[in-house]
Amino acid sequence: MAVTLTETAAQRVRNFLDKRGSGVGLRLGVRTSGCSGMAYVLEFVDAIEDTDEVFEAHGVKVVVDPKSLVYLDGTELDFTREGLNEGFKFNNPNVKDECGCGESFNV
Amino acid sequence: MALLQISEPGQATAPHQHRLAAGIDLGTTNSLVASVRSGVAATLPDADGSHLLPSVVRYLENGTHLVGAEARAQAAQDPLNTIVSVKRFMGRGVADVKHLGGSLPYEFVAGGSGMPRIRTRAGERSPVQISADILSALKTRAEQTLGGELTGVVITVPAYFDDAQRQATKDAGTLAGLNVMRLLNEPTAAAVAYGLDRAAEGVIAVYDLGGGTFDISVLRLNRGVFEVMATAGDTALGGDDMDHLVADWIMQQAGVAEPGHALRRRLLQSACAAKEALTDAATVAISLELDDGSHWRGELSRERFDALVEPLIRKTLAPCRRVLRDAGIDPADVSEVVMVGGSTRVPKVRSLVGEFFQRPPLVDIDPDRVVAIGAAIQADILAGNKPEDEMLLLDVIPLSLGIETMGGLSEKIIARNTTIPVARAQEFTTFKDGQTAMALHVVQGERELVEDCRSLARFELRDIPPLTAGAARIRVTFQVDADGLLSVSAEEQTSGARAQIEVKPSYGLTDSEIETMLRASMENAQDDMQARRLREQKVEAARVLEALQAALQQDGEAFLDAGERQAIERAAEQLGRASEGEDHRAIRAAIEHLEAASRVYVERRMNANIQQAMTGHAVDDFK
Repeated sequence: MAVTLTETAAQRVRNFLDKRGSGVGLRLGVRTSGCSGMAYVLEFVDAIEDTDEVFEAHGVKVVVDPKSLVYLDGTELDFTREGLNEGFKFNNPNVKDECGCGESFNV
Repeated sequence: MALLQISEPGQATAPHQHRLAAGIDLGTTNSLVASVRSGVAATLPDADGSHLLPSVVRYLENGTHLVGAEARAQAAQDPLNTIVSVKRFMGRGVADVKHLGGSLPYEFVAGGSGMPRIRTRAGERSPVQISADILSALKTRAEQTLGGELTGVVITVPAYFDDAQRQATKDAGTLAGLNVMRLLNEPTAAAVAYGLDRAAEGVIAVYDLGGGTFDISVLRLNRGVFEVMATAGDTALGGDDMDHLVADWIMQQAGVAEPGHALRRRLLQSACAAKEALTDAATVAISLELDDGSHWRGELSRERFDALVEPLIRKTLAPCRRVLRDAGIDPADVSEVVMVGGSTRVPKVRSLVGEFFQRPPLVDIDPDRVVAIGAAIQADILAGNKPEDEMLLLDVIPLSLGIETMGGLSEKIIARNTTIPVARAQEFTTFKDGQTAMALHVVQGERELVEDCRSLARFELRDIPPLTAGAARIRVTFQVDADGLLSVSAEEQTSGARAQIEVKPSYGLTDSEIETMLRASMENAQDDMQARRLREQKVEAARVLEALQAALQQDGEAFLDAGERQAIERAAEQLGRASEGEDHRAIRAAIEHLEAASRVYVERRMNANIQQAMTGHAVDDFK
């Protein structure tokens, strides 16, 4: 079981963490809500919990809680630009269908 | 799929619930929009990569309009329909505008509510509408960049903007379809951008030298709250004047006496380019095409440039001295100096300002963008993207707000220096039996007597159910929103009768008036305390006498013999006389004397009441 970051995403995360001045890594997670079942969580990490799984990707600690990992296994987080908008994108092989905007999904 | 940003721990939002917030620096010459994404505040560029949006709107023949660089480029060919520097007209009356717009070609007409309008081919446009067009362009840019609708924005305004100018700015935001969460003073925004609000306290000077204007503000930070201590400036001093000085120097060197319009423009362009290059370089080569087609080539050194502009920079130090004097502090009391405005990139500006304030100024954040960045940080917090404990408190109530109570006393509901937004409630009651209406008088100030405070508003609460004095419960709520707008409501708790009023407490009060009011309250503290005690005792005396008269009328005959009644009436007379005097102790003593004299009477009444209430009930009913 693992989740990864693309090189571009990792570089952005390192940059954001630097500017933030604190934090040990990036948390990826899911929670139940939204218009189609599950929703992604993307947060800075100040404290790693005992139960968390920690992965290393291009120098960034990626933290996932065990419940979320089931839904995220094999996910690659990318950073892309669409027109003026730029941000992170989950490439999650577990997703069966998602709502129109892709912010929530079902497995 | 939608693109996501990194949230603070525990602050990730549900899908479609993103709290997208932006900060807007609505400037005289240029405007910017900034936002916090993945924890980093930055200004947002347009598709061409430029961050600054020239604050220029041109109304076209086909009914549409242009905003920004394109509109500015066409200003010369269509001056009447291309509006520049509209910020100067915000919240101004027709008379002010005629005076301010002297050099501008616009045709002003008086609008309905005394608001001036500019006649364009798109019809008569008010400054609010024109500003809304600029804000709309920034809104579109932000929404395209952030990938969703904005939850709310913070718009910055100069610290010296009065209520009318602030209201006009807020109206422009609303007209542009923005939820204006707060207006923020520009110097405060700059200080926030540098994170200076995280310090416990300090005095911060914000030196803002733009293209055409200069502002200096001194802020005091106290427990995370910024207060503007003083502001000063020069509305006709800026980087453009440096360009003119350099252009004059080039003319001298090149032997040009009277340049034509086109050459003058080329001169200014070369001068501006040279000025910008000298920020990093020690010398700059200048090449200028003269009217006869020949080229003049020369070199300008940093030293030479510094000497040219030094007198101009020194001119900004006079307002600096003034602002320190107004704030009553020395340069050494200033803990940080923040640089704002493109012209503060000039190294000589930095060194002279550093010398004056005896410390190196803060220059790390792009001085053109620092205000928008601070506004974005504030907007992010107000939109709810940060944990509660990082909440910023930025504005305070300058003078206490209260209500008039019996005896002409001011009962303070919200104390001065309370941070806003705030809501406070207090319960009041009726003074007379069967009282069905109550007059509420909202006052502002630190003094104890209403006559020494400033009257803000009066309103009446009617339809109070007729009850014994003191039985009605009237809840008076004071609410001040983030923009300083006060609303006062009164509600009788048993019947639900309600009345309310809205006021602008800061309206028309200058800083010096506020200071005078504060000083008066301190100087008169002792007198005020005495006056309050006296009034309180007088009110108490009146209340006791009122209640006694009512009781005697009702059952005095039944419970008292002639001697007892006489004793009570004598004590009441004494109290009546004492309460006309000026000695609160004498009144207090007379009240106590009367209470002692009528103790037997009160006991008999109470027993009778209890007996009456118990008649017909078994003792068990009361267990």
